[in-house]
Amino acid sequence: MLEIKDLHASVEGKEILKGIDLTVKTGEVHAIMGPNGSGKSTLSSVLVGDPKFTVTKGSVMFKGKDLLSLSPEDRSHEGIFLSFQYPVEIPGVSMVNFMRTAVNEHRKYNGLEPLSAPAFLKLMREKRAVVEMDTKLANRSVNEGFSGGEKKRNEIFQMAMLDPCLSILDETDSGLDIDALRIVAEGVNKLKTPEKSTIVITHYQRLLDYIKPDIVHVLYKGRIVKTAGPELALELEKKGYDWIKEELGEEI
Amino acid sequence: MNEEENVSNVIKEVTEGKYKYGFTTDVKTDIIPTGLNEDIIRLISAKREEPDWLLQYRLEAFRYWKTLEMPHWAHLRIPKIDFQAISYYADPTKKNKGTAKSREDLDPEMVKTFDKLGIPIEERLAVSGMAVDAVMDSVSVKTTYKDTLIEKGIIFCPISEAVHEHPDLIRKYLGSVVPYRDNYFAALNSAVFSDGSFVFIPSGVRCPMELSSYFRINARNTGQFERTLIIAEDDSYVSYLEGCTAPMRDESQLHAAIVEIYVHENAEVKYSTVQNWYPGDAKGRGGVYNCVTKRALCKGNNSKISWTQVETGSAITWKYPSCVLAGDNSIGEFYSVAVTNNYQQADTGTKMIHLGKNTSSTIVSKGISAGHSENSYRGLVKVTERADNARNYSQCDSLLMGDKCGAHTFPYMDIKNNTAVVEHEATTSKINEDQLLYCNQRGIKTEDAVGLIVNGYAKEVLNKLPMEFAVEAQKLLSVSLEGSIG
Repeated sequence: MLEIKDLHASVEGKEILKGIDLTVKTGEVHAIMGPNGSGKSTLSSVLVGDPKFTVTKGSVMFKGKDLLSLSPEDRSHEGIFLSFQYPVEIPGVSMVNFMRTAVNEHRKYNGLEPLSAPAFLKLMREKRAVVEMDTKLANRSVNEGFSGGEKKRNEIFQMAMLDPCLSILDETDSGLDIDALRIVAEGVNKLKTPEKSTIVITHYQRLLDYIKPDIVHVLYKGRIVKTAGPELALELEKKGYDWIKEELGEEI
Repeated sequence: MNEEENVSNVIKEVTEGKYKYGFTTDVKTDIIPTGLNEDIIRLISAKREEPDWLLQYRLEAFRYWKTLEMPHWAHLRIPKIDFQAISYYADPTKKNKGTAKSREDLDPEMVKTFDKLGIPIEERLAVSGMAVDAVMDSVSVKTTYKDTLIEKGIIFCPISEAVHEHPDLIRKYLGSVVPYRDNYFAALNSAVFSDGSFVFIPSGVRCPMELSSYFRINARNTGQFERTLIIAEDDSYVSYLEGCTAPMRDESQLHAAIVEIYVHENAEVKYSTVQNWYPGDAKGRGGVYNCVTKRALCKGNNSKISWTQVETGSAITWKYPSCVLAGDNSIGEFYSVAVTNNYQQADTGTKMIHLGKNTSSTIVSKGISAGHSENSYRGLVKVTERADNARNYSQCDSLLMGDKCGAHTFPYMDIKNNTAVVEHEATTSKINEDQLLYCNQRGIKTEDAVGLIVNGYAKEVLNKLPMEFAVEAQKLLSVSLEGSIG
């Protein structure tokens, strides 16, 4: 589904990604872990086309298409979804209005008619249940005045609405208490099908207790330095990152 | 119209873009020679067959105007206006003489024009519950539902007609809220004013329809100097809407209007404007100079005036719809969205003058600046010695798009009574890239995202508009800002 080759990217002239190679097959769940500042969020930003970052080298193929040549909105239309680490507030724009615009843009891209108001509201109701989001939240402005937990729930709600084939969860667990974490993770699992792939970016094992990865990568200083099965995450949780730095021959 | 259609219309409008009211109408128009002097004023008055007292009023105003100089205190660069190069009277109804009574009287070109503008000047096509007075250049072309309204004692007609049919009311109220000595443009208007609407709501009557006036400039080298007078007697209510457009031309045209509103005891007037005069082209050529004096006098106790304006047009806007809160417990409100793009300049705001006891006022101003434009809020809150327990809340927000435009806030306060409670809040923000990326990531194009964000920002004000206008205004905001984010 996703094939990243030798990806280099920089922000304001500073290189952050220094040659990423990563292949995600249909149906797989990948976890990307790594210490702060290693480039995890940069990777997700580059994949969705954040103009702040410049790709200097490498390629990304998504479902056989050159992803880097697509606009951010077309990447969304093609089925890439990012659950943002820090979802922004858009004052005065209701979630209903926002989601209806988004859903209908997706439908237009796929040659479908816009949803009628009743059909759309029905869809909203169904998908709201996935993350146990209450009606009030759906009627408020996008993320405005939402708590940290509500914002993350809202991200997964949008994911449910847009039904992407590749979801990238950027530290979706940060700022969540245990109950919220469970609801969000269960929501993600409910949406999972064998046709869909997920990339989970996280610092902690606790999210991976719910969302079981097939493959775990460690990203460090802009490169993937280790790839293994789910046991790697448990090892990192126990021992931290220092042993990896040691393996790489760095001084600690 | 539901929200869905609404949103998709906004999108359509944005992609089509451009000023779509910029056409001209080919209609035989009686234009008087350019120039401004006493003979011209006598000529205008004669064309309108006015009584002598009104001619004398005009002449007094003109003599006073000659002693004045153009005001320069606003944050505007106004090119020198050659008042002798303007024609002060243009009558496109010449052929039929005066306001049309039926469709047969109307020039078909005129019907076409207002159709194109979406203004229902034929009653059978009307938006339900809205009566219209359509004004082109200096003359009212058609007023709908006059007869239906008169059954309730409501007078809704061109002011030229009211001069003849309701002379006592005109004589009593004309200039009672905005005297000709008020300011430079008020003096000019009082000397040369042409058609606008006259509204009279008698005691105890709640006007069953929205009343609306549509102003259209068509002829070249003219200015429009409309005059509107609204009187709400005790315990009455009216909601009045005003819209305006003009053709695209390289030379600028002057629009200097006066709107006076007189509100008696327990009465309420709601006045909404969607101002969309031609704003000039992307390089700043042409566009209407909109220098307008609007004021309401809340004379009676418990009276209320509410101004709502959406200002997207005009090369220059100089406009401060004000509230004089003379009656005890009277209420004044001002809700404004002002958008400037390209080389537009706006200096707009309000004055809240608290004279009575327990008076309260609210100001919500939302400025949006893009391109190379300059957008200023200027407002005065004045509480006089006798105005015990006055209350004011002001909120002035500015939204900047790009880094070549300016947003300015000039709040003035003059508080003479220490029981007053006055609050002022101001914010300045930018449409940030994170918001745009967030929308893009959900599949929404940047242009549509700007439309959503701006409409969200202005929502508090747009919500105050009557429904039909709110939809128009939302579209307008997106169109006005087209191409402002690279």
